[in-house]
Amino acid sequence: MPNNTQDKLAADLSTYKYGFSTDTTSVFKADKGLNKEIVEAISKYKNEPQWMLDFRLNAYEIFKSKPMPTWGGKLSEIDFDNIHYYVKPSDRSMRDWADVPQDIKDTFDKLGVPEAERKFLAGSGAQFESEMVYHNLQDSLTKKGVIFEGIDDALKNHPDLFREHFATIVPPRDNKFAALNSAVWSGGSFIYVPKGVHIELPLQAYFRINSENMGQFERTLIIVDEEASVHYVEGCTAPTYSSDSLHSAVVEIIVKRGGKCQYTTIQNWSHNVYNLVTKRAKAMQDATMFWLDCNLGSKLTMKYPAVYLMEPGAKAEILSVAFAGSGQHQDAGAKIIHAAPNTTSTINAKSISKGSGRSTYRGLLKVYPGMKNCKSKVACDALMLDKESRSDTYPTMEVDEDEVSIEHEATVSKIGEEQMFYLMSRGLSEQEAATMIVNGFIEPIVKQLPMEYAIEMNRLIELEMEGAVG
Amino acid sequence: MDNTTPKNSLVIKNLQVAVEGKEILKGVDLTINSGEIHIIMGPNGSGKSTLCYALMGHPNYEITGGEVTFNGVDVLALEPDKRAHLGLFLGFQYPREVTGVTFGNFLRIASNNLQKNREPGSKPASPIQFYPVVQKAMENMKMDKSFIGRSLNEGFSGGEKKRAEIIQMNLLKPKIAMLDEIDSGLDIDALKTVAEGIQQTFEEQQIGILLITHYQRILNYLKPHFVHIMSKGKIIKSGDMQLAHALEKEGYDQFITA
Repeated sequence: MPNNTQDKLAADLSTYKYGFSTDTTSVFKADKGLNKEIVEAISKYKNEPQWMLDFRLNAYEIFKSKPMPTWGGKLSEIDFDNIHYYVKPSDRSMRDWADVPQDIKDTFDKLGVPEAERKFLAGSGAQFESEMVYHNLQDSLTKKGVIFEGIDDALKNHPDLFREHFATIVPPRDNKFAALNSAVWSGGSFIYVPKGVHIELPLQAYFRINSENMGQFERTLIIVDEEASVHYVEGCTAPTYSSDSLHSAVVEIIVKRGGKCQYTTIQNWSHNVYNLVTKRAKAMQDATMFWLDCNLGSKLTMKYPAVYLMEPGAKAEILSVAFAGSGQHQDAGAKIIHAAPNTTSTINAKSISKGSGRSTYRGLLKVYPGMKNCKSKVACDALMLDKESRSDTYPTMEVDEDEVSIEHEATVSKIGEEQMFYLMSRGLSEQEAATMIVNGFIEPIVKQLPMEYAIEMNRLIELEMEGAVG
Repeated sequence: MDNTTPKNSLVIKNLQVAVEGKEILKGVDLTINSGEIHIIMGPNGSGKSTLCYALMGHPNYEITGGEVTFNGVDVLALEPDKRAHLGLFLGFQYPREVTGVTFGNFLRIASNNLQKNREPGSKPASPIQFYPVVQKAMENMKMDKSFIGRSLNEGFSGGEKKRAEIIQMNLLKPKIAMLDEIDSGLDIDALKTVAEGIQQTFEEQQIGILLITHYQRILNYLKPHFVHIMSKGKIIKSGDMQLAHALEKEGYDQFITA
């Protein structure tokens, strides 16, 4: 029914406050569809070395040869021929917001990005369509040798460091969407933290899709050297369009001996974005990798942040929140590979499904034979708000060693009528009561966020909870 | 009682309530004014708790007849939150737990929310303004202030939950408070604290109270103005403290069969 569709769109627009689009003139926009010529054009446009062009073309062949995954979410509706694979919004990445083209700057102003940088960040980056349009790092950190640049710039500025690590954690052959990303990748952050350097405030990158039928394929590469530490935060939004966009990123992280990396995501794509992302980290001796993954937006998200614990003493922690509203499917989870003895891991995944929303926890815990004294604790909790909401859990465990300590627990709950009545008897509306229960449910994870992001998270949950609760 | 007209009045007329199709209340008449303490006693299953839940608007309690007004406003047409905005409060026999929401934050959110609805345009209290108020209320109820930072009712003992209900009543400033078996499961010290808390809120805020109980012992600390006996979904006898004393001596039977 046309009226229903309009009502639904209006409802979506009212709750998703980042659904605006801006009229911008791009410098270059590739035609829709993907072929060898487009891959070559992207590489040529970026003036890349031959090895990168070869890498891209090889990845494109792998992408074509791999079948679509048949598990996870419904991928059959993705029309690869109806996507712009490369849109260049401006000539180059700027270090001063004043130099960013006005229309793009307006968008990020509206999203509060420059303000956040002034208030509580050590550095920030912004990607619009296919390219980073802005990147800046505090001078004191630049002096210590920290690199925080657009990844395309890093390929030019630090070719050896780049090539040594690029695609070593997620090779193109890993999965169909990693192959696609490898063929057409553009934008993303490159971070190098030298030995012993601790970056106290977070670095942030904000990813924005603006065009309709856009494909965003950024790659992020983070190298944390020995005894160094960094906290990287990414946020993302897109306008609400009637047809779909695709976001397919690859994130690779290497944490060397004694280093520490926290990677925080607040994913809030509009409900017409397919979000199919491969995120993986490698932790060496006594290193710590901490993924904090919050998924609120998108039509379908398939994302399973992974940590390979490669040497004794390595630690992994993966905390995640997924909120699936009506029409959304959050297929999210975590993967931990214990590839060394005396390694420890924690997974705590919380999901909420509302209306016809569906949330899936899909996880893998693997312990190789001989990896003695590994410890792992996996907890996944699902909360369902309505009768028609759906939640599934697929916690795969492959433990091939006896001398280990593995704990696993999973809970599924519904918002109880008695709990709602209790809160409403104190004067909270039905929606306020349900929001309070949901925010309480995810509190153990939200409290791990820096304060500014925790406040933002609670506000986003409030927005998601708007509309009838059954 | 003084002779001035009571400011707030909850009037229940011929109230009939069914749960899952079964008629529980068969015509209850009762008026509770501010400045009055009413006690309803009666055997198990007589409908005492049902009266509280129905008055607060629990969705499973179907109103099959009668009317309830608060200062002339039709209470039965309202959702539970709107009844709370009017000034009704229910102290639960089994208060619910809410994980991840601290007792202190909950009190502040609920109090500010009620104030906003009762006095539009009023300024919400900041945590710094609200904290000393909570702390004092907790001291009065002999509850350790560490509970402020704990999840609402989670892991509270039975007695702690009941004290927390009285703290809520004190801070949320209702006009008429219903307390459902607030004295059950309490040891003698906790009973005394809870009863004194009720008496203090009553005296300070001049609210009306409807207290449901199985036991005489809370009457050692509270002085009700009216005592009612409920049986089989009706109030079969009303009186003053003398009625409670008669009950204590002779039991329900003589009233029920009479």
